[in-house]
Amino acid sequence: MSEHEHMEVSAAHSPRNNLKDGSGGMVFLFFLIGLAASLIVGWVIFPKLLYSQKRQPVDFNHVLHNGLVSDGCTSCHFFRDDGTFSGAPTLAQCVDCHSDVQGESDEEKRFVEEYVKKEIEVPWLSYARQPNCVFFSHAAHVKIAQMDCVTCHGATGESEHLRPYEYNRITGYSRDIWGHNIAGIKHNTWDRMKMDDCAECHQQKQSMLGSVQTQKEGCFVCHK
Amino acid sequence: MKIDRRCFLSLAIGAGAGIALSPLPWKLTDDLAIWTQNWQWTPVPKRGAAKTVNSVCTLCPGGCGISVRKIDDRAVKIEGMETHPVNRGGICTLGLCGLQLLYGPTRVKGPLKRVADRGKGQWMPITWDQAIREVTEKLSAIRKSGRPQSVATMSGASSATLDALLDRFGQAYGTPNTIRFPSVDDAYHLSVSLMSGGKARVAFDFEHAGYVLSFGAGLLDGWGSPVRMFKANALWKQSGVKLVQVEPRLSRTAAKADTWISIVPGSETALALAMAHVIISESLYQAEFVESCSEGMEGFKEFVAAKYTPDIAAKMTGVDAATITMLAREFAKSKRPIAVCGRGQGTIPGSMDMFMATQVLNALVGNLNQPGGVWFVTDQTMQEWPEVEPDAAAKAGLAYPRLDGAKGMVPLKRSLPNQFVQAVASGKDYPIEALLVIESNPLYTLNDTALVKQAFSKIPFIVSFSSFMDDTAAYADMILPNPVYLERMEDVIGASGFPYPTIGLSQPVVKPQCNTRHVGDVLIQLAKGLGDTMARAFAWKDFSACLEASLGDRFKTLKKSVFQVDKSYQPPAPNEIFASERFSFIPRGIQADVAFKPIAAEGDTGGYPLMLMAYDTMRLSNGYIGNPPFLTKILEDTVLKNQDCLIEINPKSAKAAGLDEGDRAEIQTPKGKALVRIHLDDGIMPGIVAIPRGLGHEAYDVYLAGKGINVNSLVGSLSDPISGFEAAWGIRAKLSKA
Ligand code: SF4
Repeated sequence: MSEHEHMEVSAAHSPRNNLKDGSGGMVFLFFLIGLAASLIVGWVIFPKLLYSQKRQPVDFNHVLHNGLVSDGCTSCHFFRDDGTFSGAPTLAQCVDCHSDVQGESDEEKRFVEEYVKKEIEVPWLSYARQPNCVFFSHAAHVKIAQMDCVTCHGATGESEHLRPYEYNRITGYSRDIWGHNIAGIKHNTWDRMKMDDCAECHQQKQSMLGSVQTQKEGCFVCHK
Repeated sequence: MKIDRRCFLSLAIGAGAGIALSPLPWKLTDDLAIWTQNWQWTPVPKRGAAKTVNSVCTLCPGGCGISVRKIDDRAVKIEGMETHPVNRGGICTLGLCGLQLLYGPTRVKGPLKRVADRGKGQWMPITWDQAIREVTEKLSAIRKSGRPQSVATMSGASSATLDALLDRFGQAYGTPNTIRFPSVDDAYHLSVSLMSGGKARVAFDFEHAGYVLSFGAGLLDGWGSPVRMFKANALWKQSGVKLVQVEPRLSRTAAKADTWISIVPGSETALALAMAHVIISESLYQAEFVESCSEGMEGFKEFVAAKYTPDIAAKMTGVDAATITMLAREFAKSKRPIAVCGRGQGTIPGSMDMFMATQVLNALVGNLNQPGGVWFVTDQTMQEWPEVEPDAAAKAGLAYPRLDGAKGMVPLKRSLPNQFVQAVASGKDYPIEALLVIESNPLYTLNDTALVKQAFSKIPFIVSFSSFMDDTAAYADMILPNPVYLERMEDVIGASGFPYPTIGLSQPVVKPQCNTRHVGDVLIQLAKGLGDTMARAFAWKDFSACLEASLGDRFKTLKKSVFQVDKSYQPPAPNEIFASERFSFIPRGIQADVAFKPIAAEGDTGGYPLMLMAYDTMRLSNGYIGNPPFLTKILEDTVLKNQDCLIEINPKSAKAAGLDEGDRAEIQTPKGKALVRIHLDDGIMPGIVAIPRGLGHEAYDVYLAGKGINVNSLVGSLSDPISGFEAAWGIRAKLSKA
């Protein structure tokens, strides 16, 4: 083989020629596959893996109860005498009405048998609980700023069933804090409860930027 | 179309781009950051309704009121009770740490029975029914075989009703050996009885005193009611009341006093008597009181003039004669001066000479039962229970002498645990076949631990009622755990050194956290199981009913108010309390020489050039209650460094022994030896070394076991010749480099 021939042969196998052969399309295709797959992983699979679900111990009907009580939400989620907020009701409150089965519902029957009769507290899962590093006072928001429950909690009072409680496997926090939209997009005030969401509202209300007691702003208002 | 390496590179780039465009990395970063804030061991305050429950602290004889903050059913903070007259809102470090005793890992969770050799720490959980059945069978067998006297109880309980219940148990069962742990209060009590006749708790109106002279009492180191003493000291500082501390070592009290007199240990009585001599010879005493309310002054005057002039005392005490004279004049000329004694925290009663010499000084200045003086207080009493009717077996057992030798010497209930263990160890009189240990840890707290262990090894059946796996519980055959103080109801009568009659009822602050039963309830159940006269003597349903029987109408009100105090209490006027018997400068029936003879420390000066003393600190709980972890955490590293106990020594003495700061050394006394580290301190007299009380536990948990050494194991036991109380205040020792 002459030297010339040799050069031709090697040119035929050069990468440049491969591109011309259409392998560039292959490379691009692979890029797209990689992109698409990872987008699916990132947007669809990851959120599914990141969050786990639990069922609430008892399926509570807010609508039904709301129709029976006189004071709306505060009938059960009340402020204690010392100004602290009671949160989810304890068995003692439920027993006031449910010492025995009241209605027809199987769920109520189960509740009375498994919890009331055995005097076991219902381990309610709290959707809206802020992380431990956050100091949040219901009294400051509800009593002083006169906010309603819906602004932060949405229309929970209008639900007939309790939705599953979703929590982050890494942090253990309720999904409601980050928001159900994995991109963190929100449409309503109650969709997400991260620090930015607190800040957003406080920015709007210039007169309520800081602590109720000290009137000061800063990290220590919420992070004690 | 070929798939080659570039395709995979491209795939990776695409994947990377896709991931970056998805929320995954950003969310993960956020979540990981949050995860690091949520370590499972990070303490998180409980949520729930806040509530405060008032009670009485029984961790020491201080009798403080406490307010326990609870969130739902979890106690989260103990604070001093604002309205309680003893501590008025204050609390001590031990009281603050009480929650660690309640929720800590050292608790005995339910009844246990030993399975391997004694002290090996191998236990089998048993039911309460089995536990009570087995103890009942044992006690029943001993009683049936005609040896009820061979059952003994040792109790450090603070509840007066429980105390009475234990005595009743002894009465009905037929054993004279119901042993209680005496303290400085008992020694004071006895001094009143010996010098003035009658019975009274001795207390001090420190809040109104004008001058305080303390012979080694650790007034700011946990003596009496510690929180009250801190408050009193603040008052003294405000109003310029002088505090003089006589002590061989610069304790916290000495450091905070206006004058610190460094004295040869064991010679405090000589100083007090020399002061008395100056006061008498210069006619500085309160003539009116001495003439109308006392007797024996002449004899006493001659005694001190012959044996305790300032010059003689200077040689004994190391305090020069001019200082003694100055001190005597200052004391006698001050308004409302108080002399007080009781070494350290006063947990060990001490020798009677010191108490009587102190009372002599108080009598000379006429400051007995005066505002700002020493008061003889009569506390509220319990209601009488129906008499026990001992059967023949009980009568036979009760006819035996008490093993501790305390009998009928004075009209007081006296117990001598030190002499009890000596008798058991030596096998004197008769053996002990079963021992019930209540709220006490004799294997740790009594001097000469080796002897105590020897005595205990001779007792075939030991039942501990301890709430904790303490040194004695670890050596028992069965543990029937008592609830801790925050879980039970008990009466507390009087507060150590507090001048007003008080009565408290501690309240269960939380539900019992473990499978425990109150020792009072167990005693009642045992008595019922033993039947006949025993059952009749213990007819109450439970301990609560028994409390009601002893408190009567007060039971219901105390359940609400927690305490009652008689603030209008006035001590009896001098001519009232001494109406039948005057204050006697030399206790009646005792020679002055004997009454005021100090106790010499054990060991010869030749072989043991140094003197070892134990000292008390607020940061070490040294009795039945072991140090909670928080308290150990705040111990200075001049007291405990890692696992090593530091021994305080004057640089001069250390140099003589060739030792320097931080050196490891071996301390040896006639009773034993131990490894320590050297801590040089100018605040301690040359020739003396000091080790804190409260370290060196063998049992408990990793927070306490094996830390430092138990000074009680190095100090022998010496009985006071008059009272029989433990009187050893130190022991000769030598140090060598290790
Ligand atoms: S001084 Fe004694 S009684 Fe008072 S809080 Fe402290 S430990 Fe309890």
